[in-house]
Amino acid sequence: MTAEGEHADQLWAALADPTRQRLVDLILAADGATATALARDVPITRQGIAKHLAILERVGLVEASRAGREVRFTVRRDRLDLASRYMARVLDQWDQRLATIKHLAETEHDAQR
Amino acid sequence: MVPDRISREVVIDAPPDVVWSIVTEPRHVARWFSDEAEIDLRPGGAMLLTWHRHGTFQARVETVDPPHTFAFRWLRREHNEPGEGTSTLVEMTLTREGSGTRLRVIESGFQQLSWTEEEQARYADENSEGWVVELDELRAYADGLERT
Repeated sequence: MTAEGEHADQLWAALADPTRQRLVDLILAADGATATALARDVPITRQGIAKHLAILERVGLVEASRAGREVRFTVRRDRLDLASRYMARVLDQWDQRLATIKHLAETEHDAQR
Repeated sequence: MVPDRISREVVIDAPPDVVWSIVTEPRHVARWFSDEAEIDLRPGGAMLLTWHRHGTFQARVETVDPPHTFAFRWLRREHNEPGEGTSTLVEMTLTREGSGTRLRVIESGFQQLSWTEEEQARYADENSEGWVVELDELRAYADGLERT
């Protein structure tokens, strides 16, 4: 919604994909991994992994660094943290909206009684 | 870890027809959701939701089944035409419970949220400094929310 919210909901979109969630988990567990290493643990092609990593990199959830002839990916925990905060905020907003609906409906109902 | 849909519910001490009016009438929607609302209450009908702080967003009515189900597709980008990948689906279900109503809301489609070409170009060009600034702003905002 806001410019900040737009960016944060893209974090959500990037993470709501099960394959990308798995990749993030694996990179976290290994404290950094190459696409080749990830290909051993995920049943998709290296090109497929590269595509998912590119999306994760674009939203800033992982960052790439050269490690010899390979590229090593690490998870940016601040961005991961931001994604969960954004999710908490969306839930909180619905709780507030539902509370307002409850108040409005009960007030209206009392007035009609 | 990160769901594609979220679900919340509340029990209200008012019958479904009263809750229905609150959920669907623009003058009420402008109290619980946006600051201003225009709603063409029929499937495919247009909705305009204005937040004074954020701008005007389009939505499209998907389901109207009074007083049971109201659903709309909410565009999460300003100045955008309705299209796939830029909206989430909000479904509100009303169920009679005793003399009251159980209201459930499900918002789904976060996984499909994607980028317009313009946004993709913008992200490709964005330098790391830009990310840091915006991250700090959002973090400050989130911290403020947590304190309240």
